[in-house]
Amino acid sequence: MKIQSVLDLKTVSQAYIGKLYKPDAVKVNIGMASCGIAAGAKAAYDKLLTEYASKNGIHVCQTGCIGFCEAEPLVEIFGLGKPRIMYQHITEDKIVDAVSGFIAGDFNKKWILGQMKDPRSLLETDIPNPLDGVQPLDGIPFLEEIPFYKNQVKVAMRNCGYIDPDSIEEYFARKGYLAFINALKDMNPADIIDVVKASGLRGRGGGGFPTGIKWATAAKHHGNRYIICNADEGDPGAYMDRSILEGDPHSVIEGMLIAGVAIGSSQGYIYVRNEYPLAVKRLITAIKQAEGYGLLGENIAGTGFSFNIKISTGAGAFVCGESTALMASLEGKVGRPRAKYVHTVEKGFRQSPTNLNNVETYANVPAILLKGANWYAGMGTERSKGTKVFSLVGKITHTGLVEVPMGISLKNIVYNIGGGVPKKKKFKAVQTGGPSGGCIPERFLDLPVDFDKLSEVGSIMGSGGMIVMDQDTCMVDVARYFVDFLVDESCGQCNPCREGLKQMLEILTRICNGDGKDGDIELLEEIGGMMQKFALCGLGTSAPNPVLTTILYFKNEYEKHIREKKCPAGVCKKLFHYEIDPEACTGCGSCARKCPQEAIAGEKKKPHALDQGKCIKCGICYDACKFNAIAIR
Amino acid sequence: MSEAMEPGKARTDEIDFRELDRIIEDDFNNDKENLIMILQAIQRHFNYLPRPALEYLAVKIGIPASQIYGVATFYSTFSLQARGRHIISVCTGTACHVRGGERVHERVEELLSISDNQTTADKRFTLESVRCIGCCSLGPVVKINEDTHGRISSDEIQKILDQYV
Repeated sequence: MKIQSVLDLKTVSQAYIGKLYKPDAVKVNIGMASCGIAAGAKAAYDKLLTEYASKNGIHVCQTGCIGFCEAEPLVEIFGLGKPRIMYQHITEDKIVDAVSGFIAGDFNKKWILGQMKDPRSLLETDIPNPLDGVQPLDGIPFLEEIPFYKNQVKVAMRNCGYIDPDSIEEYFARKGYLAFINALKDMNPADIIDVVKASGLRGRGGGGFPTGIKWATAAKHHGNRYIICNADEGDPGAYMDRSILEGDPHSVIEGMLIAGVAIGSSQGYIYVRNEYPLAVKRLITAIKQAEGYGLLGENIAGTGFSFNIKISTGAGAFVCGESTALMASLEGKVGRPRAKYVHTVEKGFRQSPTNLNNVETYANVPAILLKGANWYAGMGTERSKGTKVFSLVGKITHTGLVEVPMGISLKNIVYNIGGGVPKKKKFKAVQTGGPSGGCIPERFLDLPVDFDKLSEVGSIMGSGGMIVMDQDTCMVDVARYFVDFLVDESCGQCNPCREGLKQMLEILTRICNGDGKDGDIELLEEIGGMMQKFALCGLGTSAPNPVLTTILYFKNEYEKHIREKKCPAGVCKKLFHYEIDPEACTGCGSCARKCPQEAIAGEKKKPHALDQGKCIKCGICYDACKFNAIAIR
Repeated sequence: MSEAMEPGKARTDEIDFRELDRIIEDDFNNDKENLIMILQAIQRHFNYLPRPALEYLAVKIGIPASQIYGVATFYSTFSLQARGRHIISVCTGTACHVRGGERVHERVEELLSISDNQTTADKRFTLESVRCIGCCSLGPVVKINEDTHGRISSDEIQKILDQYV
């Protein structure tokens, strides 16, 4: 059928609300985003399907990622009148026991992450909580109340982990496409733009430009207007866009459709990274389904509005996340940015007015339209409204995607939600904003996270990557790592970026190799300052940030490398060596067994010794030792 | 070494031009705006971008071969050299880096005696590095073909490589 009205949406959704919340048999939701699959979810899914499901009449379903990546594979089991339980680390070998246990009433409590209190999204306040009247399980915390989820508010990720991403009907059942049909039938384009403006939504891709203003400017310019979704999520360590595309692709399509109505465009493009094959696959399915229901195509809902979406895959170029480079790449050209004397909203793709937002930005739009601008603007800080998804990764106990209101402190994210640094190591810094961002030291942990506060300390929000670093991370090496990344990714057309980065890399490599000299730090600062002023595009002007912030906050580490020829973190191979601390060594022999060079020897239960001549500093012993007996000198 | 075995050179008579036509015409409408996706499809078919295929493509969609070369060398996905049976992509994203991804990378190089973008003599493996595949919770991550291996330490690599013959 073709959806013509809000009533049609309700009719189709009705049956699926039941399937989502009150299934007729036990239902097993397995988190199958790429991270889940890599952790073993697909194998568990196959096992359950082939060996158990058909015999026992249960529903085995896939969902996207609910965010707590550390605990994957995540499997949720529920059934009519029973609690909804989220199990963690459920691999192939555990899944049948978990499900049969659940059915028999033995809940395998040691595998439980939590039980759900309320599975509805924040758009579904019109239906009662499906778990009303269900007796919760004794002694098991509510999922929404465990530290990882407690401070989260899911707007952009409202459906991730709750619905089957390959089912448009389940998306309908969670109020999907309602905002679009409302906007299409009952709102003026100018009113839609006003709502987005009033919500204070700013671009979630990095720049933080006010979305409503962008839409208004694009709508003002005449010509064949285009809507582009930037899904070229290139910041290493940031994967919220992948997760949204893999978990809830329709929210992005709906956001683009609403932008199409508001701006007056009939053609959309999604430029997605080639490294995200599953996201591409789910997007293709989603677009076909939307076309099937007449939500994409010609004369949508009989209004005369037409909109089509094409997918274009990137080919591995970080710079294509920059809007003008992305548009060049969409045209089949080399992805080089151009100077933005004329903005892309006026002349972008094919020299036409083009509105470009990223995945997370579009995913927010339907929720804003349904709940209202005031609701959205009620969250966050004065100039950064709403929520933001962060990917909390690196040296952190609870790796995962967290969506929190803007303005929450770094400390809250790292320690309460993230559970702090593992293995009792010492926190050193958190890196935000990817290769364009900076490293923020411990003393700024109380900083409220929003666009402006992060810039004040020399970093940026970027797309929301937060990489936690501990005592084993060398900050000079981190700076060298980012510059090395950027040397590869610089498009090479402007001098400051191309040559500046190359020179910085040479200096940083020298410092890491123990050949640093006095004046190197000042030279790095000078080159960095020059690039900030004169590089052509955003990538170039922000490229020195990782170097400049590490110099600003961790100058002592640079000095140790340059003057004392020491790498205190034990990363720069030429500047340290491993030694076995005879006081701490128990002689367990686990390091000796693993050493690929056979450089460690000793008698059982007696302190071992390391032969420096054979050691290649691969670090296997350092990781293997449970007694902190391998020391960095 | 015969000409066909030389990396980067495929003999013209080995190129399946009908398949090329199918990709360029049927899948991508002879449209030069689709160049990047056409190249991806050619690479999926041949495992790399053979020169005769690119020369054919240039005539077919009407853009200079130099421009196609420019695009093929700008984007890191593309390889002008024949690649091995198994593609090892070591994730060099930041999360993997701080969790020891560099050491994993070095260990692979050491075990196979090749460095980035090189292929082993027996054509078994090609080593590449990739900028973050978004599986940061599993870092350090190595992807071999379509399989993602997570939380690996350098001493486990040999065992993983042994699974691919």
